Amino acid sequence: MIELESVSKKFGTTTALHQTDLCFATGKTTALIGPSGCGKSTILRLIIGLLEPNTGTIRIEGQAVSPSAILALRRRIGYVIQEGGLFAHLTAAQNVLLMAKHLHQPLGQMQTRLLELCELTHFPKNALTRYPVELSGGQRQRVSLMRALMLQPSVLLLDEPLGALDPMVRARLQDDLKEIFQRLGQTIVLVTHDMAEAAFFANFIVLLNEGCVVQSGTLDDLRNRPASAFVRDFLHAQRGLAAI
Amino acid sequence: MKSLLMLSAIFAFCSTAQAETIVVGSKKFTESYVLAEIAKIALQNAGFTVEHKPGMGGTIILWQALRGGEIALYPEYTGTIGEEILKAKEPLTLDEMRGMLRQQGAGMTGELGFNNTYALVMRRDRAAKLGIHKISDLRRYPQLNIGLTHEFLDRQDGWAPLSARYGLQMQNVRGVDHALGYAALANGSIDLKDAYSTDAKIAEYDLVVLDDDLHFFPQYKAVFLYRLNTDHRAVAALEKLAGTLDETRMTHLNAEAERTKNYALAAALYFGEKPEGVAGELARKIGRWTWRHLELVGASLFLAVAVGIPLGIRASRPGPVSDFILAATGVIQTIPSLALLALLVPLPFFGISAVTAIFALFLYSLLPIVRNTATGLQDIPTAVRESAAALGLEPRAQLWKVFLPLASRTILAGIKTSAIINVGTATLSALIGVGGLGEPIISGLNLNDYSTILQGAIPAALLALLVQFVFDGLDRVIIPRGLRLKQ
Repeated sequence: MIELESVSKKFGTTTALHQTDLCFATGKTTALIGPSGCGKSTILRLIIGLLEPNTGTIRIEGQAVSPSAILALRRRIGYVIQEGGLFAHLTAAQNVLLMAKHLHQPLGQMQTRLLELCELTHFPKNALTRYPVELSGGQRQRVSLMRALMLQPSVLLLDEPLGALDPMVRARLQDDLKEIFQRLGQTIVLVTHDMAEAAFFANFIVLLNEGCVVQSGTLDDLRNRPASAFVRDFLHAQRGLAAI
Repeated sequence: MKSLLMLSAIFAFCSTAQAETIVVGSKKFTESYVLAEIAKIALQNAGFTVEHKPGMGGTIILWQALRGGEIALYPEYTGTIGEEILKAKEPLTLDEMRGMLRQQGAGMTGELGFNNTYALVMRRDRAAKLGIHKISDLRRYPQLNIGLTHEFLDRQDGWAPLSARYGLQMQNVRGVDHALGYAALANGSIDLKDAYSTDAKIAEYDLVVLDDDLHFFPQYKAVFLYRLNTDHRAVAALEKLAGTLDETRMTHLNAEAERTKNYALAAALYFGEKPEGVAGELARKIGRWTWRHLELVGASLFLAVAVGIPLGIRASRPGPVSDFILAATGVIQTIPSLALLALLVPLPFFGISAVTAIFALFLYSLLPIVRNTATGLQDIPTAVRESAAALGLEPRAQLWKVFLPLASRTILAGIKTSAIINVGTATLSALIGVGGLGEPIISGLNLNDYSTILQGAIPAALLALLVQFVFDGLDRVIIPRGLRLKQ
């Protein structure tokens, strides 16, 4: 469970997130959605402590996010970003194992976990020795996901994980991701700007605009009982939703 | 603290024990070299181990080195002692000079014999054409091109008071290196320069000495200055040289030194010795210079890496401290190397030694390393930075495991730039008698002898290429393979 209590964030004079209360339920997948600059990525970055809120508190499983607790908390959180954020000087395997090695985990345990993750993310084992520049975009995201899952985190944060992929690769990875989410049963927060993707992954959707939560609920709630004209317009702009 | 220890270890390594050796210094011109070699032989004959540090620069550097104990003695002239060292307003007697020097911890031998006073010289044909015979004749030609040594331009007994005495208002006066000035006289780019009256070049270039008709120039009798704590037997050996060198003999020795390009040989002539064969010695000498050069470059570069990378890491974070670091390393780069050496020499702990040369080279090597380290780190994309933090790595681990390897190509390029520049700059170490490939370059410059200059310049250029080659090899070892692959 992740709780945000009266959390706000300003960059200079611009308010990226107005005072917000939010709760992400344990073992559920929540999608944060909205147009560019609505504050959805800011929420993820606040949770993992890359940003400090101007007001309010964030709690992860009851523990407040603070400078002294952040290292330990981050190791219980997986974080995947759009371009993967892989380290170019390390191979796929080294990227995945970096943190485990830093924590001096037993070698055998690390190897077992690595093979498990290859299985889970459908990443070819023979590509583990390749460097990021030698991998395709989809493979890079799979490595990034493996790296995020390596320490068996209880929380997984994904910031537009499929945003930079072409449609074919994207569709395949969507299926794989959904299967992974269901198997792991973690608390998952996914940022996307695509309502179809949000609905595909998440049972609970939070729609943001200009730093405020506009409406939250299931896709049906948003579709049938829009809280404002913005919600209706936003859904209308996302073509092809009718099929879902 | 650790780097401090390392620093002193390197300095200790480079200024290897010379406790029992008498060190003779000399100024940067032929006669001073020859006199120092004569002193060396005289002391060796008296049973001492002697080292000659040739061409250490001008009066102030030598005098400071003598007072600081880096050298035990060097040849000097009475006029210079009175005007430059003791800064006397009136001419001093020899006894007055001795007394005042004694208070500063220095002794003075008897006069060697000749008077090497300053002189103004012109090409014989040019002087004849203009009808110039004495210095007061110059009043009629204020347009003459005059090229003076920097020392003569600035001396208390130099150009300004001479102009005042003679009422000269020369309009084209500039500073030119002594040895290069002769070439400039020969090809007509200057008409007049300063010289020493026993200078071998006067005969070689067929120059005339203008008559000092108002008796401006003081007496410049050659003596040796020595530290008072020098072994009295050594002083006795030096005193035996007094009165043994007249103008003719000195001019002859100077000419021999310049003709044979060998100061030791000229000094040996003074003692009537047959000099040892010099053939086949060149390779050994170049080897020694090159090795010394590598020591200077290696030690200073090592220090620059050890200090520059941490400074660069600090400077990669925005803020006033970073601005200061980058500005300071930049300013150091603008100080002329000769000026930096001159500033360092009088400081305690430095003096005329390899330490000074290494420290100066270290300062010059900092900028490319600091700047490239800072830039390399700043250029890491935000997504990668945040990924490293989000994994839960401590800031130190982020730096060592992610940021530094990612910036390694840029950092190494900075070190490579430093190393190559350093190979060139290190030639200046010879100015303070530390040696290296600058030694033949500077003495070649003094002798106006291109083959001697090339003996230093060619190995230095090859060394720079070698450094480049070695670093290209290091790229493969140090830069992670993932960064060298093409996208």
